[in-house]
Amino acid sequence: MEKKITTPLTREAARQLRCGESVLISGVIYTARDAAHKRLVELAEKGDPLPFDIENATIYYVGPTPAQEGRPIGSAGPTTSYRMDAYSPTLIALGETGMIGKGKRGPEVIAAMKEHGAVYFGAIGGAGALLARCVKKAEIVAYEDLGAEAVRRLEVEDFPAVVVIDSTGKNLYETGRAEYLAARDGK
Amino acid sequence: MREIEAARITQVVKRLCIEANCRLPEDVQERIRACRACEDGETACGILDKIIQNYEIAGAEGVPICQDTGMACVFLKIGQEVHIAGDLRAAVDEGVRQGYAEGRLRKSVVRDPLDRVNTGDNTPALLYCELVPGEQIEITVAPKGFGSENMSQIKMLKPSDGLDGVRDFVLQVVEDAGPNPCPPIVVGVGVGGSFDKAALLAKQALMRPLDQRSQSPFYAGLEEELLEKINQKGIGPQGFGGKTTALAVNIETMPTHIAGLPCAVNINCHVTRHKTEVL
Repeated sequence: MEKKITTPLTREAARQLRCGESVLISGVIYTARDAAHKRLVELAEKGDPLPFDIENATIYYVGPTPAQEGRPIGSAGPTTSYRMDAYSPTLIALGETGMIGKGKRGPEVIAAMKEHGAVYFGAIGGAGALLARCVKKAEIVAYEDLGAEAVRRLEVEDFPAVVVIDSTGKNLYETGRAEYLAARDGK
Repeated sequence: MREIEAARITQVVKRLCIEANCRLPEDVQERIRACRACEDGETACGILDKIIQNYEIAGAEGVPICQDTGMACVFLKIGQEVHIAGDLRAAVDEGVRQGYAEGRLRKSVVRDPLDRVNTGDNTPALLYCELVPGEQIEITVAPKGFGSENMSQIKMLKPSDGLDGVRDFVLQVVEDAGPNPCPPIVVGVGVGGSFDKAALLAKQALMRPLDQRSQSPFYAGLEEELLEKINQKGIGPQGFGGKTTALAVNIETMPTHIAGLPCAVNINCHVTRHKTEVL
């Protein structure tokens, strides 16, 4: 059964989410991937304000395709998250509480998640046409020159994701596989 | 000698870019459905159902299956009896330019690997030309996403590493990739040739239909053995655990040097796209 959650996600709410839980996310989330993360962290290191409120924000690692006529967004599935590992601890320390992507995260990100209270969601990689249906509105808020990599403010409704790593560091990529193998081998 | 206007190649490349990105090949659809039927975990089944729903939506609505519409790999088999009127390289890039604009596909190419400024039109294509007998041109467009490309590896094995070396390397690459390349994956393996040829063979392996085993009984057996071993790993759809880690293993080989055993593994995701047309 899916758990409905809304953004912005407070640290308290993030800490209540558990590894393996299926969620439906509604509210505002921001898109950013490699190039945008680099710029955001450069701003943060200079002490300059970010182009959106990072406090309790959820960032979706996605570079969508251009929208069809009359649609808010094109295909919009997650990109691989480890490329953001160099930047995520800085953003988490500034208030980011949710990350949506796919694939493994490094120990430095997980340590920051545990310290500050943040959660890493997995969305289905390669399901961009399906996931786009949950995006009701999209507008560019920064870095338009980056094209698909610009920062967009998305309004999403019942966006399906799974808690892959929770704020205690428990990791579905480890537990899910281990549980499957244990059940299969009758241990 | 048959003359073909380069502009005709532009038109075909343009159309194939759009169609390949929006419609998953039938053999890939079939494999995903077959794997769904064998999967029994709730999470794994749910993910495969959504993957099926996704390619159905994409095909019906003409939207890209995945937002990573890739670099456009273009393979041309050019008949020796053909004369191409015009600039072939420019014609192919123009087809990519028009296809990615009209098809509303993502422009994912940067002009330099370090300065990283987007070229804005997804050019240049990754173009491979091969001369073959005849007077036709076979054009294949295979958009390749980089979530899976980044998980690919090549190794210059020693002849003494032999079959075990190849087997262990393929399994290690899949293990290292884990959940990153959006499993279920397709595993393209190139064995032999040289450093560059092995990598190209691995990419070409990804274009063979998933229900078609190697013509060599030995390598067909190895494909089946490796697929079984990969699916024993339990990585599962999206890495959350399950039976379906890979849809297929395709191996291509060629002669190599007495001192070498190059082995390349090119990983592709469940959105394994390619489309071919003959002019």
